[in-house]
Parts: sequence; structure tokens; C-alpha cells
Amino acid sequence: MNTSLRNTARTLGAGLRALLVLSVICGVLYPLSVTGVAQALFSGKANGSEISDASGRTVGSSLIGQTYDLPKRSPDEAAKPDLRWFQPRPSNGLGSNGVNLRYSLILSGATNRSADNAELITWVTEAKAAVVADNSTPSYKVRPEEVPADAVTSSGSGLDPNISPAYAKLQINRVAERNGLPVRQVAELVAEHTEGRTLGFMGEPRVNVLELNTALKDVRKG
Amino acid sequence: MSPVTAGVLQLLALISALALAYRPLGDHMAQVYSAEKHYRPEKWIYRAIGADPSASMHWPAYLRGVLAFSVVGVLFLYALQRLQGALPGSLGFVSIDPDQAFNTAASFVANTNWQSYYGEQAMGHVVQTGGLAVQNFVSAAVGMAVAVALVRGFSRFRTGELGNFWTDLVRGTVRILLPISVVGAIVLVACGVIQNFSGIHGVGQFTGGTQQWNGGAVASQEVIKELGTNGGGYFNANSAHPFENPTPFTNLFEIFLILLIPSALTRTFGRMVGNLRQGYAILATMATIWLSFTALMMWTEFAHHGPALQIAGGAMEGKETRFGIGGSAVFAVATTLTSTGAVNSFHSSYTGLGGGITMLGMQLGEIAPGGVGSGLYGMLVMAVIAVFIAGLMVGRTPEYLGKKIGIRQVKLAACYILVTPALVLCFTAVAMALPTPADSMTNSGAHGFSEILYAYTSGANNNGSAFAGLNADTQWFNTTIGIAMLLGRFLPIVFVLALAGSLAEQRPVPATSGTLRTDKPLYAGLLVGTILIITGLTYFPALALGPLAEGLAT
Repeated sequence: MNTSLRNTARTLGAGLRALLVLSVICGVLYPLSVTGVAQALFSGKANGSEISDASGRTVGSSLIGQTYDLPKRSPDEAAKPDLRWFQPRPSNGLGSNGVNLRYSLILSGATNRSADNAELITWVTEAKAAVVADNSTPSYKVRPEEVPADAVTSSGSGLDPNISPAYAKLQINRVAERNGLPVRQVAELVAEHTEGRTLGFMGEPRVNVLELNTALKDVRKG
Repeated sequence: MSPVTAGVLQLLALISALALAYRPLGDHMAQVYSAEKHYRPEKWIYRAIGADPSASMHWPAYLRGVLAFSVVGVLFLYALQRLQGALPGSLGFVSIDPDQAFNTAASFVANTNWQSYYGEQAMGHVVQTGGLAVQNFVSAAVGMAVAVALVRGFSRFRTGELGNFWTDLVRGTVRILLPISVVGAIVLVACGVIQNFSGIHGVGQFTGGTQQWNGGAVASQEVIKELGTNGGGYFNANSAHPFENPTPFTNLFEIFLILLIPSALTRTFGRMVGNLRQGYAILATMATIWLSFTALMMWTEFAHHGPALQIAGGAMEGKETRFGIGGSAVFAVATTLTSTGAVNSFHSSYTGLGGGITMLGMQLGEIAPGGVGSGLYGMLVMAVIAVFIAGLMVGRTPEYLGKKIGIRQVKLAACYILVTPALVLCFTAVAMALPTPADSMTNSGAHGFSEILYAYTSGANNNGSAFAGLNADTQWFNTTIGIAMLLGRFLPIVFVLALAGSLAEQRPVPATSGTLRTDKPLYAGLLVGTILIITGLTYFPALALGPLAEGLAT
């Protein structure tokens, strides 16, 4: 019994020493060297791909989606989209940029509602009606069947920086009208900011909303 | 190009990349685990551990090494989280509560990475980088070590010796996982994954004001999270978060990393048993299951059945625009047919049948191609069962790789395949019978039941993904899922190592004309059938109450 106890203690000791040595290698040396290389070669990307507008003010990360809402007059007021800007996908889940929780950090997450969930059915139905109403102008009527799926569903992270080209196209007439710009000019802007599939087959075509709105802001000023 | 075509092309690109890496990596791993020579830095490590790297162990000693290393790992990680509030470099986050700290420690040591916390709001640099990411490496290396021990059980004769656990652990970490991780992490940073040690800081926003970010060593953790089939995200949204998975290319790259080692290990197996065709038969079995699951998943997600998805016009709920349905479906199958559990889209919002496919993938025991190491040993146990069934049909003692599959071997294999179903079904039944666990559900009806079935399936099979509507941060779920993860990891390892020991002692059985050829397509077909029948019989009633009920209703 005594020897087996001593054996166990010896094996546990070896385990602890192995863990400590491997922690130094995998938990200190490895991440520090990768960080060193990353900061030296790709510091912009390693620090979050921040982008600025024409005046040089940082407007966020090209990778993290934002909301483009009107300022709230009271904290209890429901957020209303600022229709001068291209709108991102809904985010009804945990993830949304600017939630003020314990540390007012960006939190990511999905709704996790199932396809037969009553709440999700309501959200999607209401979002569809809103997309139709918001984007119809006197000269341009949006039909419900034209609304793409990404315009009415929340993404996995809740921070999706992109919308589909179809959803961007749907917003062109409204954005042009609200900003007093010619439709053709806004359409060109969208075309410039539409990214195809990587190498022609990876992922889906998409439009980066923050980059598009930043470019739109510059056009408005100019 | 239609999204379906793009999805199929991505799948083909993935298969080509895996095929290119298969031979060099498989042979490299066989060499790593067979080489006599110790490199100088490794010798320093062995000296620090106080282990003789050349001493070969019998299975009880090998098992003691695995268990001692893992017990210490759980205690260390638990202590690190409990002390977080007092440690520097914690971004001001407080210490984790005891039940959640136990759950997380068990989760990362068991290669599960089930997470009941929100990464970006709970864990600072020290816990993430110095604790969780370290277990991502070493729990993967433990899995590979156990798999290699079993392979040695098949390849060695008239000895009980399975090799040295400390040597296998260290070599797996420094010769396989680390080099690939260094290269992979830099590729990820080049594509936009963050890698810094910033504190919480404000960044300007378009409409004015600031957003709050915390930095982190994300790329270095992301790569081993996929490569080691761990799956624990730095952020709550896991690989759906743009800082973890920014582009369609990184998405494919991460899927590639998930499948890389588990598939190449079949080559290592073939090399080490001296017959590459045996490895190909195992690979073919894995590939058949994986491809059919992926095809089914693509079909059901593109068809988007389910009321909300029909109104939306596509199954984009919980999916990112840049990956689309194809890139999400391929990821979902890869992550649940391995023990990864990383997600780039949220399985709870998949179609009813799509959610069922993710669950069934885990319930197969994660063997197609499975977790690093655990996939291979799980599949070899199934291979033993399959030759046993074939032996029953013709009435002769079954053999596999020149070893007799006798009473002891079949008993151990049977115990192995009973552990996880017993854990999953018993815990699910108890949770459904008790009054309070159901309060954690977000969805009701069949999907609510699926949330709980998924949780225990994921825990006991060491996957770690979730139908994340379930609020798992309760004492009940933290404790029971923690127990399911530990038992689901280490009980099967006990049986595998005992099996390995019993095989290594045997004398070779010469192959005769009556021996079932286990390197032929016929046997691979038998193996696929065995896996599907055993899993189907075990889980069908539970699946019928959850995802099947949901999928057929709409």
C-alpha cells in the first residue's frame, strides 16, 4: 500500500512538472513569439483592422458590424434605424455592437431560436415588413419576395460586417433619396464595394456596410 | 455561380488540400512516434519532468501517466480561474464561480471545450492564453498518445509494452502540434485574426461614440483550437466572430485544420502496423460517412424547411454572410464528426433535420474522422466490433491485424461503446424528469428537448458545441455536464489502453484463407454498417423525440 501511494505521488509530481514545462512552451513562448511576428508583419490586422474616414477619424473595424441608428431621446426608446445610411443585418441575439453590460464590451452571439420558434417567426415577419416599407420610395416599390434572407435574419456573431449584394441593391433608392444623391451614383458606390467570392468559389459575394457608409459619407460632403 | 455549386467547389478544394497533406503528415507522425532519437531540447524537458524517455510502459503505467497528467491539469485550471481576480493580466475580470470553474477545467482537459461562460466578458489573458490554450495543446497530445498506444498494441507481439507516455506527450506537442500552429497562426493573422495583448480599449464608431474591445492572443489560440479538435472559442460567438474567422478563406482553412490530423492519423496507423492498405480502409470508412453527412447537411440547409426559414427565404438565421449556407454546412459537419465543437454558425437555428445531423454526428462517437487521436482509437474499437460480428456470421474466432479478438478484447470494446450512450441517455432522462433543468431552455417543444439532448451528447462525446439557446450556466448543468465530460473522456481511455495491453501480449496469428481481409472495400462497407446500426439502435428513440419530430413537422 505504501509503495503504491508513493508511486501515485511520484506520477502526480511528474504530471505537474510536465504541465508546468509545457505551459511555459505553449502558453508563454508560443503566443509571445506569434504576437511578435504578427505585430512586426501585420500590425494593422493583428490589432483589429481599424479603418478611418476621409478626415482621419477612426470609425471602427472593417470586420465588426455596427448599428446605424438615430440618436435615442430617452434610454427606453426602441432603436430606430437612421435611413440615410445603409443598414446592416438585424441582430436580435446576444451579439450587438454597443451593448452596455458589465464592461460595456462588444458581446457576440446568436439568437439560437429554432426554425419553428414563435418569436423568431415574429422577428422575421416584422423585419420583412420593415425592409419593404423602409426601402420603398415613390419611384421604387420593393416587393416582399425581393427581400433576401440575410436582410431579415440575425447572424451567428451578431456582428456580421457584411450584407448580401441583393440587400445592398434594395437599399440604393432609399439611400439616394434620403441623401439627395442621384441613384446612379449610389449604385456605383455599391458596385465598388461589392466583393465577389474569394478566387471565384469561396464564401458568398458581400458588401461591407461600414466601408460603404464611410465612402457614402465622403460623397455627401464632396 | 449558384451558392450550391460554390459550396460543392469548396468541398472539393478542401478534399484536395487534405489529400495533399495526407502522406507527408501521416508519415511524419509515424516517424515521430517511432524514432529512437531524442532532440536536445526534449531531453531538457524530460529532465525537468523527471522521466526516463526510453523506458517503455505496460498499460497500467501508461494509464497512470495519462490520468495523473489530466488530474493535475484539471486542478491547475480550476485554481487559475478561481484566482483570476487576484492575478495580473486579467483585464479586470473577477474570479470564476466554483461550479463554472469546475465545468470549464473539466471541459478543456477532456478536449471538449464546452463553454458555459462568455469568453470576451469572463476570461482574461492569463486564463485564456496561459491556461485554456495550453490544454488545447496538451489534451490533443494526450489523445494522440492514447491512439498511438493502441496502434502499438496491434503492431507489437509478445510484449505488454506500449511505449512511454511522457515521450509521446512531449513529442506530439513539440514535433506535431506546435510547428503547424506557428505557421497556421501567422496565416490567420495575415487574413485579419487579431493577435495582441491590449487591454480593454475604446475604438471610434461611425455614428459617434466608442465601442469597447478587449484584445487577445486570438490567432495563436484559434489555430490550436481547430488543429487539436478542441473548439473553445476566444469569443462567445466562436468561429462566427469576425476576429476569429474573418474571411471565406480562413473559414476553409479552419475546416482544413480540424480534419487534418484525424484523417492523416490513418496513414500513421497503416505505417505503424506495416500495411498501408489497412489505413486506407479505415480512411475510406471515415470519408464515406463524412461525405454523406456533408451532402445531407447541404441538401437540408439549402432546402430551408421550417416556418421562420421559409418566411425569410433561406436558412441564414445564425449564419454569417461571408460564409453563406455552403461554408456553414461544411463547417457544421466537420466540427461534429470530429470532437471539435467550434462553430461558425449556430446549430440551434439550423433546420430540424440539419440540427439532427449535427447530433447524430457526435453520437456516432466522433470517428469520421473524429478527434485528434480519439477518432482513430474510437474507429479501431469499432473495427474490432465489426470483425467480431463478421466472425459470428461465419462461426470462427475473429482476427484483426494478426491478433485474436477473444473474449477479453470484445468485452473491452463493448464497454467502450457503452460508456457515452449511457452517460448521454441517463443524464438527459434525469434532466428531463427533474423540475428545474427545463427552465434553461430557450425554445419549447421538440426543440427544447433537443437542447438538453444536444448538451449531454456534446459533453459526453467531448465535442463542446451546443444548441446554445440552453442556459448552461446553472449549478445543475455545470456539474452534470462536467461529470459527463470527464467520464466520457477517461473511461473510454481506460478501456482502450487495457485493450492495447491485451493485444500487445499476444503471439501473431498467421493469416489463412479463412481470415477476413480487413484491407478491402467489403470490410470498409461492413464497418460503415456496424457503426450506423449500433448508433441507430442506441439513439433512435431519443432522436425521434427531438430533431426528427421537429424536422418532420414542417
